[in-house]
Amino acid sequence: MFSFQQWAAQIHSFLLEKTGTYTLLIECIIIGILAISLFAILGLVLVLMERKVAAHIQIRMGPNRVGPAGMLQTVADTLKLLMKEGLVPRLADKFLFNLAPFLVMMVAMMLLAPIAFARGVQIWDINIGVLYITAVSSVSVIGVMMAGWSSNNKFAMLGAMRSGAQIVSYELSAGFSILCIVVLSGSLQISDIIASQESGWWLFRGHIPVLIAFVIYIIAVTAETNRAPFDLAEAESELTAGFHTEYSGMRFALFFLAEYINIFIVCALGATLFLGGWMPLHIAHWDGFNHLMDWIPSSVWFMGKTFFLIFLIMWFRWTFPRLRVDQLLNLEWKYLLPIGLLNLLLVTWIAIKGWHF
Amino acid sequence: MFIKEYIKEVYQGVSSLLKGMKKTGYYFFHPSEIITQQYPDNRHELKLPERFRGEVVMAHDDNNEHACTGCTACELACPNGTIKIITKMDLTPEGKKKKALDTFIYHLELCTMCNLCIEACPTNAIQMAQTFEHSVYDRNKLTKKLNQPNSKIREGVE
Repeated sequence: MFSFQQWAAQIHSFLLEKTGTYTLLIECIIIGILAISLFAILGLVLVLMERKVAAHIQIRMGPNRVGPAGMLQTVADTLKLLMKEGLVPRLADKFLFNLAPFLVMMVAMMLLAPIAFARGVQIWDINIGVLYITAVSSVSVIGVMMAGWSSNNKFAMLGAMRSGAQIVSYELSAGFSILCIVVLSGSLQISDIIASQESGWWLFRGHIPVLIAFVIYIIAVTAETNRAPFDLAEAESELTAGFHTEYSGMRFALFFLAEYINIFIVCALGATLFLGGWMPLHIAHWDGFNHLMDWIPSSVWFMGKTFFLIFLIMWFRWTFPRLRVDQLLNLEWKYLLPIGLLNLLLVTWIAIKGWHF
Repeated sequence: MFIKEYIKEVYQGVSSLLKGMKKTGYYFFHPSEIITQQYPDNRHELKLPERFRGEVVMAHDDNNEHACTGCTACELACPNGTIKIITKMDLTPEGKKKKALDTFIYHLELCTMCNLCIEACPTNAIQMAQTFEHSVYDRNKLTKKLNQPNSKIREGVE
């Protein structure tokens, strides 16, 4: 059967033979190119998916003119953005203004490192993978603040401030839900967490507390990625476009792309923690069924779960109205955080007693 | 009690959110619900809503008779002077003079399709048609005469 690990090992030995000491450098470049192309493809696919899902939820058709069934719409949009002039406001802080989109993009790229895409396909299997992701994802708020402050625009500033308040507060609940799984699996390493779900996904094995943690996680990451119903940072009706009001052309495209990459990453992490990553659906003692599930490639499992979560997030983006600032903070500090704390206590109790399946 | 209220609030919030998601999820999985009209492509099988308002028309029957008495109720109801009615004096068979419609002038270029004239009409002489492809190269063509030449009022309409 086709296996990525064998393939990677073959390339590695081939490079070692041909280039010797430069192998690591060449491998790094290959990984970089692969990551960038993954970003480009994900950006195109996710934007198209969002527009199509939005259209069908609102009983519309969505893009259907460019290419077969509108498939090339996002390619056309990207070409348009590439050709646009990247304006910089005269009184903007030019250095920070130009740096901000790259910082946001860089954070998104760094987050890609510990994600396991399939069996053995992982750029960096660091032993504190989950901690790394939670730590690095909070850096993106600096990029947003930088963009808002350097634009010399009131709307951008307000949007950035809101975004800061939002990301800082929602990170807490996201962290608590992630901790639930860390407690259950007893490891911060992504590959260990996936391996601990061999006999069943934590979502099913952890009773109701893990289900609550999953719901809190989904809500918190929606807020963290600044998406509706928590898109106060770029509330169109109030702040035109929030922190990227002054951006145009390719710099705007980078912000736009980073938003979608962040969605992909948080959904991939959610799939890894709660739905077993690339692990197929296994039910204890059903050997025939388990064998059949093993036959489906692990990358298909991972992508399927991730895109299911992305669909979930898009679903409630297009269902719910935007929250007010006070409602947003109420939801976090009065509901999600206390419930998350109590939930963590319950999960720890379950883990100590060994009540999970 | 505080805790009871709190749990009730959470329950109500979650259940109302799920209700909304059920509706949008239903729409997502039922593409037959899509109401978009692919207009230039489906010009011949276009389905317009029953109450779509395209322009004001006056219905004439086979004898070239309409139901307009020339009462000018529509002209008075019109908020922006779209309708102008010119009346004339007809002689009834008994030799009495009677007011009748001479020309019903309708300025389509001014009309906002507000439907007030149709509601004001006491004899249902005018209706809203569903035609909407009104673009022309000369705006004079948009000033229309709604009653057909030599038409007269239907017998028995007062």
